[in-house]
Amino acid sequence: MLARRIIPCLDVRDGVVVKGVQFRDHTVMGDIVELARRYAAEGADELVFYDITASSDGRSVDKSWVARVAEVINIPFAVAGGIRSVEEARTILAYGADKISINSPALENPELITQLADKFGVSCVVVGIDTYRDEHGEYLVKQYTGDVKRTRTTAWHTLEWVEEVQKRGAGEITLNMMNQDGMRRGYDLEQLKAVRALCRVPLIASGGAGEMEHFYQGFVEADADACLAASVFHKGLIAIPELKAYLKNKGVVIRD
Amino acid sequence: MRLCIIDTGSANLNSVAQACQRLRLQPEISSDPEVLDKAQALILPGVGSASSIMRGVREHKLEDFITKVKVPLLGICLGMQIMSQGSEEVPQGADTGESFIPTLGLVAGRTQKLKGAGLRLPHMGWNSVEHSDHPLFLGIRQGAFFYFDHSYAVEIGDCTIGVCEYGQRFSAALARDNFMGVQFHPEKSGPVGERLLQNFFELTGDVA
Repeated sequence: MLARRIIPCLDVRDGVVVKGVQFRDHTVMGDIVELARRYAAEGADELVFYDITASSDGRSVDKSWVARVAEVINIPFAVAGGIRSVEEARTILAYGADKISINSPALENPELITQLADKFGVSCVVVGIDTYRDEHGEYLVKQYTGDVKRTRTTAWHTLEWVEEVQKRGAGEITLNMMNQDGMRRGYDLEQLKAVRALCRVPLIASGGAGEMEHFYQGFVEADADACLAASVFHKGLIAIPELKAYLKNKGVVIRD
Repeated sequence: MRLCIIDTGSANLNSVAQACQRLRLQPEISSDPEVLDKAQALILPGVGSASSIMRGVREHKLEDFITKVKVPLLGICLGMQIMSQGSEEVPQGADTGESFIPTLGLVAGRTQKLKGAGLRLPHMGWNSVEHSDHPLFLGIRQGAFFYFDHSYAVEIGDCTIGVCEYGQRFSAALARDNFMGVQFHPEKSGPVGERLLQNFFELTGDVA
């Protein structure tokens, strides 16, 4: 049976792992390679490195650390952050990353999704979607969320964008539910379910995990393939081995 | 031990090379049959599509070399799929009328798209493998989880030594004589994957 995945997300800025609340006020959490090694050893199923500054500054991620991570860990990992071209993606994959995740550049140029899928295969291409529930309960896609001054609401409704990116060749979708991010009150299950109903590729829930139960809800109530979280792992509020034992005990298929 | 990774021009070879290095082996990456001929073990990785990797094989005149080689050879993911009798992964827009493209024909079975009602593709993540105690799986328990990432798979046949299920049962691992293949990524499958690679290297009888 295919196991549900637990994915620690390491937000990277200036070569260190940081974490903020609702995409702001970042504090340093630790060294990239050390944290990667620790999470792999603890049983993380996959890792995501997300350069939260890159898209806003119009530059790509510092690539040297990708190779250093690939040298030490033996689980898959994705790299996100300002990847705007096939060439940039090629460099990151050549360093040993398994997937590239694109977000703001996919909104700037949706054709990039297709180009990457054609060149490297759909399974290398993750599309990250920063989605915000507005005061009317509408789900809208935000862009440039790495920089609070540049963050803008796009014309895309989240569900329409989910359909669009699949048509264009996304192999996987990460849904970052911004209202919940860093709040540790649980994933937005209603939104997650709505996206799940339209999503024919693997779906990663992101934003809001605070308790072990939230992961259970993401997997069982919303049928997410993977649950992503950052602060609960970085701050030691949830230990991955305990989380996996808890989920397994509740009947969720989890890798030993 | 002399280990070579076959470069067909379509693959991300670093992940595999890095996994070998973690096992203290220094693989040589080459597409030159003369260099590859000196290897005691060969790995054939693959990323992209069946047609792109077959094109790479032919461009580098590797088809003859690969099909006749006598040392242990491990195909990974797409590298395993092209060891089968043919692949249903026909290039988009190709209008040859054929439903399969020819591949290397080293093991029984053909590569077909995974099917199942409401099946999410790619099949991505960790899935359990039942195996037939082939030496490649020495010390690896039944039902161990490996990392998969694919939409096509080789049907079960006489050469199947490992089975996985996703929508349908398919070949997770294949072997015939010195030819072996795994659909999953041992280089990304944690300690279990490392064990499988170690087992493969030990089949050469000469592990440094």
